[in-house]
Amino acid sequence: MTDQAVEPEVGRARPRKEDARLITGQTNWTDNISVNGLLHMAILRSPMAHARIERIDVSPALDRPGVIAAFSGGDFAEVLGSLPCAWPVTEDIVLPDHPAVAVDEVRYAGDPVAVVVARDRYAAADALEAIEVDYEPLPPVLDLEAALGQDAPLVHSGKGTNRCYVWPLKTGEDFDSVRQRAEVTLKRRYHQQRLIPNAMEPRAVVVTPLAASGEYTLYSATQIPHIVRVMMAVVTGIPEHKLRVIAPDVGGGFGSKLQVYGEEAIALAVARRLGRPVKWTESRSEGYLATHHGRGMIQDVEIAANRDGTLLGLKVDLLADMGAYLMLVTPGIPILGAFMYPAIYKMGSYDFTCTGVFTTRTPTDAYRGAGRPEATFAIERVMDELAVELGLDPVELRRRNWIGHEEFPYTTIAGLTYDSGNYEAATEKALALFDYDKLRAEQADRNHRGDTVRLGIGVSTYTEMCGLAPSRVLRDLRYAAGGWEAASIRVLPTGKVEVVTGTSPHGQGHVTCWSQIAADVLGVPFEDVEVVHGDTKAAPQGMDTYGSRSLVVGGTAVHHAARKVVEKARKVAAHLLEASENDLEFTDGVFSVKGSPDARKTIQEVAFETFSSHDLPDGMEPTINAEHLTDPDNFSYPHGTHLCAVEVDTETGQTRIRSYVSVDDVGRVVNPTIVEGQVHGGIAQGIAQALYEEAVYDDDGNLVTGTMADYLVPAAPDLPDFVTDRTETPATSNPLGVKGVGEAGTIASTPAVVNAVMDALRPLGVHDIRMPCTPERVWRAVREARR
Amino acid sequence: MTHISVKVDGTTYEDDVEPRLLLVHYLRDRLGLTGTPIGCDTSNCGACTVELDGASVKSCSVLAVQADGSEVTTVQGLAHDGELTALQRAFHEKHALQCGYCTPGMLMAARDLLREHPHPTSEEIRHALEGNLCRCTGYQNIVRAVQAASEEEVPA
Ligand code: FES
Ligand code: FES
Repeated sequence: MTDQAVEPEVGRARPRKEDARLITGQTNWTDNISVNGLLHMAILRSPMAHARIERIDVSPALDRPGVIAAFSGGDFAEVLGSLPCAWPVTEDIVLPDHPAVAVDEVRYAGDPVAVVVARDRYAAADALEAIEVDYEPLPPVLDLEAALGQDAPLVHSGKGTNRCYVWPLKTGEDFDSVRQRAEVTLKRRYHQQRLIPNAMEPRAVVVTPLAASGEYTLYSATQIPHIVRVMMAVVTGIPEHKLRVIAPDVGGGFGSKLQVYGEEAIALAVARRLGRPVKWTESRSEGYLATHHGRGMIQDVEIAANRDGTLLGLKVDLLADMGAYLMLVTPGIPILGAFMYPAIYKMGSYDFTCTGVFTTRTPTDAYRGAGRPEATFAIERVMDELAVELGLDPVELRRRNWIGHEEFPYTTIAGLTYDSGNYEAATEKALALFDYDKLRAEQADRNHRGDTVRLGIGVSTYTEMCGLAPSRVLRDLRYAAGGWEAASIRVLPTGKVEVVTGTSPHGQGHVTCWSQIAADVLGVPFEDVEVVHGDTKAAPQGMDTYGSRSLVVGGTAVHHAARKVVEKARKVAAHLLEASENDLEFTDGVFSVKGSPDARKTIQEVAFETFSSHDLPDGMEPTINAEHLTDPDNFSYPHGTHLCAVEVDTETGQTRIRSYVSVDDVGRVVNPTIVEGQVHGGIAQGIAQALYEEAVYDDDGNLVTGTMADYLVPAAPDLPDFVTDRTETPATSNPLGVKGVGEAGTIASTPAVVNAVMDALRPLGVHDIRMPCTPERVWRAVREARR
Repeated sequence: MTHISVKVDGTTYEDDVEPRLLLVHYLRDRLGLTGTPIGCDTSNCGACTVELDGASVKSCSVLAVQADGSEVTTVQGLAHDGELTALQRAFHEKHALQCGYCTPGMLMAARDLLREHPHPTSEEIRHALEGNLCRCTGYQNIVRAVQAASEEEVPA
């Protein structure tokens, strides 16, 4: 090592370590895994939304070539418990039994009814056709409001209701009295269409059993190997210490792999029964039915304000579509959103109620942003409507109500304490990049000329809660697990470093970022750090990756563990240098004695000394390895301002994004390149909800958008270039000052785009369009308004 | 069973295959060349894109028997002796991948484009990649990467 000052790693735009394997095809996706004797599993799924299974016979499948075994629901009922829901949000929530394979009733199109195991994947798929099932159709339950009616057919007849739970949050002044004295009130209804997450890697599971010792290895394309391990131990009865879960390379998740899926349990049960390794890989179309969906809500929003724009209060009544069953955190998704409706605004009254509703559709659960995009959409849409009502510029209305930079920390009406933020700075920067005034002038000109192509400008300011989560808060919300995260650092005898993290990445670049964090604290080269993750044997503790928690909680744990290493190394160095610890300086990986720079030990030398352990201080354990578990004190609160300009062709209904600017404040930035990339991807997904994507069902409850050919995932020509920038207001709740970034783009972009579309069409008399604002819907709305 | 002879990434393979076997499954399951992933069953995602006799194809929409006598290049055949192609380097430098699942297909499709149009505009790049979906990047950095590679003298 030289004594030259080393440039800090945190803040540096490092290209990723992860890429080398991914750009050369040396990947380790779950579906790549093959072992001797591997069997392939295929699942027969219900073609109906709701039906009683009158008779099922799997035996004809056994006559098909290559078939080893076939099972129906009854076979699994004996060996598998109900699939878990870890977030029973209220005491009296309705918690239906959730079999991995349906036994006597199917409750959504795609509900598994039988399983075939064969020697290759073609044979398994073919043999499904031989299985005989007689269904007695039952009425589907599709409409959220009708589902709550007296005579509605029941999704779970034994439960007597389709109402899963009612969860209220009322704070501040009573909303009814606020409504009375308010100068202006507005009521709006917004629909959050169902979305299909579409991680590019389909889900896949491989189980390899070791009969002699009763051990099982479960490979799964999952975001949450640690949680899957606990839950699979509970569901299958395989002792937890005999179960190893590995999430190898995982090709995206966006919440859809934050799940404990029936297929994981089925594969374990089949492997146990047959004593053979088993693989299941979903096809995309199968995934559309079987992987959980996102969103699916009706939002009734009422806002009360004075004529000068001062917000007084907000009332939100939410109907949230649970789908047919409660998955891991299904009921909790809207509850995460509950805290975010008041967003960045000050108000004296908040009245929120969420009603969870069962329907005969694919279960819903977390999808990028999970509850927070929905909340942000509603508040940012209604703020725009309020601005119109008051004759104020939408940015000005926001300015009059947001929490001022000097007011942090600030406890919102929803009870969250925002530690830091600077909404002014982000907004000013965004406006400058966007050329707001010039676009407004062009808009006025087009409107004046009656141009058939209208220009619309949409703004959205947002904050979100990331860094999930303080364990005590989770207890208060009735979430079953904790919110801590683990890291351990092993300094190897040669001075190379292994960081073991409990987070489980699927594209976020943890290996690079965690290397940067550890390299800075330890004073070792970035290249000398390797990161171990996604395997419950190699990284035994963790709460995994979702909700932009990895950097905030997991990165913080890495930072603390590295600090512990340095502190222990300092003791050893002091001993070796015969100096007092207090006289030691530690810079760029070198301990030196103040005033005598030649008396020095590098951290690598110290590591070797502790490995040989020939000369350690009395009573000290060998090695300078350290472990740290972090339980955060607070959430983190990234924020920002997004601006979107659209051109809407009133003749064709086509919307084109003309320009898009985002300024996000995600606190301190570890790697600007990675942050920018995540913002891009997030914006793309949010635009997709605004303009393109929707899971559509017919009246019988069949998924009409059942293939990738029918469900419009935007391609490169559908999206513009984004202008992204940042402000940096460090979080005060963690030592790195980081806030999280994975969901920011998605949360902010959907309302920015829809606000822009409405802004373009408002002069024509169009006041609302349901998402996605497809050409057909826009065209109809324009035509309707002209009548 | 049909006998086929295919040259994949420089190695010739002789095999008997079922006539219905897809090229992508042949590559992945028979040859163990798992660098080419599968993202859909409707030929919409482009994850499985490979080069068949010099033109990019979606290997999930080609039968293995159709590749008889042909030369196939997959992502695993791009780098030579650890030397990455200009495109691979550009993808790395421009952060054109996150989870990386779409990346093999993107690289193969972009290669095809650059062969036909050595200096495409960003619009031409977006258009050429229309059949390749990415859920992570929002495409912007992919477009940048292809553009950066097109500015290099070295062939893609
Ligand atoms: S897997 Fe071939 S196009 Fe999707
Ligand atoms: S990088 Fe994940 S799908 Fe493209």
